[in-house]
Amino acid sequence: MSAVLAASTPGGLLLPAAVLVPFVGMMLALVLGARNVQRVAALTIVAGLGVAIAIVATAAQIAAPLEYVLGAWAPPLGIVLRADGPAIAMLLAIAVVVVGVGLYASGDFATPKGAPEERAPTVYWLLLLAVWGSLNLCFLSGDLFTLYVALELVTFAGVPLVCLDGKGETLRAALRYLVFALAGSIFYLLGAVLFYGETGTLDITMIAERAHASPATFAAIGAMTAGLLAKTALFPLHLWLPPAHAGAPPAASAVLSALVVKGSFFIVVRLWFDAVPALPGPAAAQLLAALGAGAIVVGNVLALRQERLKLLVAYSTVAQIGYLFLMFPLALDPATGALLRGDALTAGILQAISHATAKAAMFMAAGMIYAALGHDRIADFAGAARAAPAAVLAFALGGVALMGIVPSGAYVAKKLLLDAADASGQWWWTALLQGGGALTAAYVVLVLFRALARPQEPVAPKKPADRTQAVATLALAALSFVLAFATLGPLPDGLLSSAFSSKELLATAAILGAGALLAAGLGRRRDETAPAGFARRTALGIGRAFECADTMLRRWPVAGISLLAITSLFVALMAAVR
Amino acid sequence: MIVDAFYAAPAVLILALAVYTTVVRGTFAASVGFLAYGLLLTITWVQLHAVDVALTEAAIGAGLTSLLLVRASHRLRESEAAIRAETPGLPLKLAAGLVAGIVGGGIALAVLTLPEPAPTLAPQVAANLAATGVGNPITAVLMAFRAMDTMLEAIVVLLALVGVWSLAPDRAWGGRQGPRYNADPDGILAFIARVLPPIGIVVGIYIFWIGADHPGGKFQGATVVAAMWLLAMLAGLTDAPPIRRRWVRALLVAGPLAFVAVGIVGVYAAGTFLGYPPDAAKALILVIEFALMPSLAFTLGLVMAGAPERPEEAA
Repeated sequence: MSAVLAASTPGGLLLPAAVLVPFVGMMLALVLGARNVQRVAALTIVAGLGVAIAIVATAAQIAAPLEYVLGAWAPPLGIVLRADGPAIAMLLAIAVVVVGVGLYASGDFATPKGAPEERAPTVYWLLLLAVWGSLNLCFLSGDLFTLYVALELVTFAGVPLVCLDGKGETLRAALRYLVFALAGSIFYLLGAVLFYGETGTLDITMIAERAHASPATFAAIGAMTAGLLAKTALFPLHLWLPPAHAGAPPAASAVLSALVVKGSFFIVVRLWFDAVPALPGPAAAQLLAALGAGAIVVGNVLALRQERLKLLVAYSTVAQIGYLFLMFPLALDPATGALLRGDALTAGILQAISHATAKAAMFMAAGMIYAALGHDRIADFAGAARAAPAAVLAFALGGVALMGIVPSGAYVAKKLLLDAADASGQWWWTALLQGGGALTAAYVVLVLFRALARPQEPVAPKKPADRTQAVATLALAALSFVLAFATLGPLPDGLLSSAFSSKELLATAAILGAGALLAAGLGRRRDETAPAGFARRTALGIGRAFECADTMLRRWPVAGISLLAITSLFVALMAAVR
Repeated sequence: MIVDAFYAAPAVLILALAVYTTVVRGTFAASVGFLAYGLLLTITWVQLHAVDVALTEAAIGAGLTSLLLVRASHRLRESEAAIRAETPGLPLKLAAGLVAGIVGGGIALAVLTLPEPAPTLAPQVAANLAATGVGNPITAVLMAFRAMDTMLEAIVVLLALVGVWSLAPDRAWGGRQGPRYNADPDGILAFIARVLPPIGIVVGIYIFWIGADHPGGKFQGATVVAAMWLLAMLAGLTDAPPIRRRWVRALLVAGPLAFVAVGIVGVYAAGTFLGYPPDAAKALILVIEFALMPSLAFTLGLVMAGAPERPEEAA
């Protein structure tokens, strides 16, 4: 039996509140209906943000993680909610993004006075709250089965957002997402059952004490990891993400891309770092990061090849999800081969947060550009900077933040990971981290180049920009850019003081320059059949090859085989390399 | 020998039906295979003395899910040919078979290596059963030890309904779900829909009522009641209510909200959220169950009714 019994800490009651405030808000909004849906949602968002801030303040005060034992039934019988550093950081970041997205959505999904209740706005506000409560449960639960319930909630709240506009193609995208996410759920549940059969508990802290290297444990970790990757859409399990995230209305895309995929990602972190830190071992961690590397290369190149801005942003999410998994091999303790909660984990969480803020801003910006121009074909963006200046600026800020340029959150994360890679001699990740920024820079440069071009005839915005939307979008983009100053964990000395040195400025110039070169070579052009020189033809061939590979991997049978193959590969690597 | 066959026969049939359901070409045939598969699973759960699981499997796994599948396959009849045209070639099939075999075999091996006797929380549940006031250990787990999961599962069902509603065409938002069924008033369906519901509702409420001390409970009972309601709808004896109505929505959320409210009462009465004071534990659990049962039956019935299709005025 466990020596340390879980006990509720001061302020512990805030944890069930963080989960239930959004759900209670959702239920009240459903009953009150019509205009009240948005009103109740607004009040709930304010209350939920208050709870998140109170949790941060309490944790700072007691200088320890918050815990709450539900119903006073201590694990293994009962369930404990726990808010440690990463959970609190995610909790606060998600609350802030929900505020930003909510402000933006108040422009698109408002119900006028006296108007009858409409489908899209009602469903949107209900699901925004539901997604929020579900994600908070992902961050706070310390129990493998409660986390399964959280995954179910995230899926059921996320899927209808995909087909909110009701078109046939978005329905197809939603169904794709639903079926693949449910396959992921089954894999996760299977692993949880194996853990219970092996250890007699579902509590993560107790599993950490009891789990040992055994076939059942490896099978459990392999199945759960693969299932969670399917839900996170990590390459090559990303078949559902581009159509789902690109087809939804902008305010829903922002929720799906910035928030929803972070839930299953965070559970991978919980599983690997907290439940079984010593068991996956170096080979499985390398595989996880290798999938991330694949995501970065394929996602970024495919982003360059898109004709429409929303699909570009969706593929950029495919790539950014890859970055989140680079931390795993860099968090290994060289002496024991176990995962350590150190700077690499901080970097990974920081990346998740900066992607949440930046990607929400980029989808919102894409929505504003669409509203101003009446289309989102990148090739015809000339004059967009005039027609929608705030949106283009927000897109640029968000994009630059993702590249890892000072002083963005992604920059600090990259620095921490580079240090960890140097310290452990994993030069291949150093190379990827240095090159990855240029890949991200490429599509940002491409979009900005087109948007800043002088149009042949002046472009007048089709619709004046909504000021609230502009402010919310710019605020989220700016936040992702200055996130380094807002990081919650202590950072190593000298990390930021050197940020404005000539060396860093040179690095920034190199990233942008390489990105511009990539964009010039691989970026989609209006007329790709025009005669071109050897260099351009080669680049075009490479781009087409990537497109073919992506189309193949995103076919149903291939993605299903990938899911099973990744499961077996994880188990084999864990069992073989100890 | 006979006893072995008694246990082995369902196991072999279950495997055979699983294979049949996977390889059979028609969607309808696969749905029927799945129904039979669920019923056999129910028998197996009874043989394993897991009567609560058996009831759930019968009500939700075999019953509700198969009904959904059969109705879906009915709607998919026209696109069946197009789906078959997308069937992958032999190399992909072989690859899929290979990886599925590896994963399936690996899981089977992993299960065989699990410790014997299996580590279990059953003794702890039994030791703490008295504090909950209920006699059925499963109910104690669902309503006391892991009450948070049950509360959230009720919200999952509600979210599923919001998802079904979201598929409505814009003009039908607020209206009634599914088509208006017009069965022959003197036909067999209308006859069954008159005779069966009184019995079914009593059975459903009985399953719910004995759940505190014996196998049964609100989810299974609510499923049976929802099925009776659906039967009456299919026979044209009653209609789904317009989803714009406030009473509809209030009934849907009453159960989950009551659950949260009792949880908050626990903060004051027992010092923790979802805690029950020992002398009032059973009463509070019953309050939740009584509030949850109608909400669940209503929600499940509406989930089965399909997306809103008819504007209210055209009803």
